[in-house]
Amino acid sequence: MINEPIELEVIEKRISIVTGHFGSGKTEFAVNYALDLTKHMNKEIENSRYKKVALVDLDIANPYFRSREKQALLESKGIAVLSNTFGYDINLDLPAISARINGPLQDQSCRVIMDVGGDQSGARVLTQFKNQFINEEYDLFCLINANRNETASIEGATYHISAIENEVGLKITGLINNAHLLKETKIEDIIKGVKLCHELSLKFSIPVKYHCCIEKFEIPLKRYLSQNKNVNFLEKVFVMDIIMRSSWLDK
Amino acid sequence: MNEKVLMKGNEAFAEAAIRYDCKYYFGYPITPQNEIPEYMSRELSKADGVFVQAESELAAVNMAYGASAAGGRVMISSSSPGFALMQEGMSFLCSVEAPCVIINVSRGGPGIGTILPGQADYYQATRGGGNGDYHLIVLAPASIQESITLIGKAFELSDQYRNPVLILVDGMIGQMMEPVILPDYHSGKQIDKPWALTGTKGIRPPNTIKSVYLKAEELEAWNWHLLEKYRKIIDCEVSYETRNLEDAEIVFVAYGTTSRIIREAMEILEADHIRSGLIRPISLWPYPYQSFDEMSSSTKAVLVVELSQGQMIDDVKIGVNGRFPVSYVGRFGGTVISPEEVASEAKRILGVV
Repeated sequence: MINEPIELEVIEKRISIVTGHFGSGKTEFAVNYALDLTKHMNKEIENSRYKKVALVDLDIANPYFRSREKQALLESKGIAVLSNTFGYDINLDLPAISARINGPLQDQSCRVIMDVGGDQSGARVLTQFKNQFINEEYDLFCLINANRNETASIEGATYHISAIENEVGLKITGLINNAHLLKETKIEDIIKGVKLCHELSLKFSIPVKYHCCIEKFEIPLKRYLSQNKNVNFLEKVFVMDIIMRSSWLDK
Repeated sequence: MNEKVLMKGNEAFAEAAIRYDCKYYFGYPITPQNEIPEYMSRELSKADGVFVQAESELAAVNMAYGASAAGGRVMISSSSPGFALMQEGMSFLCSVEAPCVIINVSRGGPGIGTILPGQADYYQATRGGGNGDYHLIVLAPASIQESITLIGKAFELSDQYRNPVLILVDGMIGQMMEPVILPDYHSGKQIDKPWALTGTKGIRPPNTIKSVYLKAEELEAWNWHLLEKYRKIIDCEVSYETRNLEDAEIVFVAYGTTSRIIREAMEILEADHIRSGLIRPISLWPYPYQSFDEMSSSTKAVLVVELSQGQMIDDVKIGVNGRFPVSYVGRFGGTVISPEEVASEAKRILGVV
């Protein structure tokens, strides 16, 4: 859940695009984000600008662990899932994207989350939708896990942010701190990500939109952020459930 | 000790190889192992190594043959159909005793099959898809951390025995994320390779590496040399893990990904007061037949779990040697069996509903 859902309506753009280095948790974030938006929407459907949520799976770079795998769950919550031409159950790394994706992108009453493939090569697919974004309000998020070896340092994260921006030809508009070490995560691992994202935020003049964590870290993370003077008042803690990862992977 | 970092299997394999001083990588892209050549193409030259994208898997394995013959530390990788194309090379590498580490991030087959995980390359890995009497040393890690360790061991064994070593993982381990600790740079142990084709410099007779013998007696003598080496490997290099064999009513046998799934199945059974155990072969060749001698009289059945139609079950039957009934459960063609499916098959076999 997000701390202050009312404010969300004001600051959130209609189209949220989630990019980042592969293996950073983009899909886990996108699925959680879509589910969270639906919760708020259901409550406020009368006054809401948006009548529906669509999750667009643009991951044609990686054949495993894609958001379309959770299509049934998402659809049961009223979220439209759009991916390749063949439907969600096809697992080929074909660069085949459904033309239906243009529907939610043009539908002003639809809140859209785009889950993009990893790295600049995964983000390349976005360029075909660029014209659509330019006339639209969109957020291009870059999700960063400070515990991934390639994005653990300012230099490494800078490389990935710049590579994605150069490939897509659009500027990143928000950073998402998704620092974790799966089941071995400690609060220090998340705080490492807070610090890294703040440095990147200053360097690139991009706001940090969310600090992600699972429920057990919500209170300590909020406490840390409230005690930290560098935190922008718009930075929020986004509490996620682990949906994408099979439990046996952590046995 | 190095800090824990979160890595994807494939990139950890590549980084581990670099840290164990792999200097030559030849490859051709195939899913689900593409992150390995991609990583090597970017990182290997920074470690004074050489990356070459070959025009096919057949070219890659023969480039490896050449680099290995010249004394280099070589790794190649592919996935099932691509590794199938390398089989001629496996026979040749074994024939001339050229050290090489190969990673097969296997997927569902036969044919082009699927890019999703599979364990149906067991026969190919342990019986060989190439011609002649030869053996690859085959190691099957079950986690990314173990993969890192075994890649280091693979380079050592490969040099020590002058034999190719295959790391057999499925696409799930190649694609999953796990926190790992990487070894330091230059962790690879090196030994002299006086046999390598490094140039005589006018001070020694030329070395020769060849896989052709025109006289039957010479080829048979060479085969005896290889057989003695294989027997030594069988004596010295078996490795496996066991869990709860002392009082298990049912013993699972699985390697790699499926052994992880079984750990959750064991918890499900434990909640129902059913005691289960696990034998997890780590070396698939040489196979840990002796591990089955550790099973206790409380055991009523052995259940082999594979992402294939049942291939390793043959080795399990050799190891069990008729002492317990052996059966199989598995999914294939890219589908991964669930812990619940494994647990319910175990209950069915034990007659517990």
